[in-house]
Amino acid sequence: MHGKGLRALSLVTVAALAVTFALVFFYAPNDADQGFIQKIFYLHVPVAIITLIAYVVAGGFAIKHLRTNDRQWDLRAYTTIHIGLIFNIVGLATGAIWAKASWGHWWVWDEPTLVSFLIVFLLFATYQPLRFSIEDPERQARYASVFAIMGAAFVPLNFIAVRAATGYVHPRVLASTGGGLPASMGLVFVVAIVAVGLLFTTIVAYEIASKNASWQLRALRRRLLGDDAVAPLGRSAAPTMGSTLESAR
Amino acid sequence: MALLRKDLLLERRAPESVPAMLLFSLTTFVLFHFGLGRDEVSGTLAAGVLLVTLLFSAILGINRLFVSEHEEGGFDAVLMAPIDRTAFFVAKAAALFVFLVLVEVVALFGFSILLLGPSPWPALPGLAVVLALLDIALAVVGTLVSALAIQTRARDLIVPLIGLPLLVPALIAAARACAPLFEAGGAQAPPGKWLLILGLYDLVFGLLAYAVFEFLLED
Repeated sequence: MHGKGLRALSLVTVAALAVTFALVFFYAPNDADQGFIQKIFYLHVPVAIITLIAYVVAGGFAIKHLRTNDRQWDLRAYTTIHIGLIFNIVGLATGAIWAKASWGHWWVWDEPTLVSFLIVFLLFATYQPLRFSIEDPERQARYASVFAIMGAAFVPLNFIAVRAATGYVHPRVLASTGGGLPASMGLVFVVAIVAVGLLFTTIVAYEIASKNASWQLRALRRRLLGDDAVAPLGRSAAPTMGSTLESAR
Repeated sequence: MALLRKDLLLERRAPESVPAMLLFSLTTFVLFHFGLGRDEVSGTLAAGVLLVTLLFSAILGINRLFVSEHEEGGFDAVLMAPIDRTAFFVAKAAALFVFLVLVEVVALFGFSILLLGPSPWPALPGLAVVLALLDIALAVVGTLVSALAIQTRARDLIVPLIGLPLLVPALIAAARACAPLFEAGGAQAPPGKWLLILGLYDLVFGLLAYAVFEFLLED
């Protein structure tokens, strides 16, 4: 049975998102300088943080995959990077909107988070083409894992280099100890990170459950109707699993 | 060692990568001259032109690094021989490093004649350090990416697609370290901060390559 606990997870996520929205719009004070637009902070920054965490976590899954040779870990790494990329795009878009609103330009080069975010996006955007260009599923999984580990190491290094290369225009709300975020904003921010993290986990859990379910369905159809009744798998960037799953289950 | 000698010998007998990389670099300098509309460059601009050119020409070499193994079945020979996989990696990275140094010696000569405003001599010692650190980064990351790409269907697309973003931090650090060397008012020492970041990059990817390279060969 796939997707155990998905319902509970979804409910918690929806509740957390609802609480976050309520807090952002009714509790958190409007920013003195930026006014209402500053609220995008509660979306942009958590999405960005979760994206970077996701890439590093995917690297951990990839290490597990290379260690154990269990394809489930490859599936986890793949899904995490896949959803991470989507979050990455959301982070870039919200960042650009925020930059336009507060600095008057859609893109600012002296904002290290945004710039390193773009570079990380460019790197991880090649994950799917790489997978797609390797036909053998076993080799595809192995090479993709090597890539994911390299990417995970790349994320902090890239951040260090970009931050050192740029000025300090970005509001460093978290680093400053003194006059940083007021307590009420800080609370909402933490809640927002938790909610976005939950949302990410939920989507990843759904994708993994769906992939596993469709593999199982394929395996069952094949057993029931014979090998000829099931169309052969096409080339795919997503991890594919044939007989290995049947025996593993 | 023997593996490295094989690669160097191969390149000497039938030069392929190094002349191509070199011609590419010189052509790119000419392109920059017309693209920028400048007779002379200095400072940040000079560092950028030089390093981006070297980076792109390195991509050419990275693309070809494992081609002979792939086409002539050398992979199987290496895998069957009783040698450490890591030694294979080190030999390949060292070969790429040597190629890069050869290309840079001549390309730098061409660069200082064609484009560079200030005299290159005072910049040389600092430049040697920066380029050596950059070459380590290029050799390590290049060998990894090349090994990753050689088995794929779209090798020549995968190498630049993955390699260029991966090398962005190294390029940032190298370009920032080089800029003071090419100042119009006279060369200044490269800032230690950037050498440190470049060194950190080399270290992290060196260890990483050491850890994951065998998974790219296992077949």
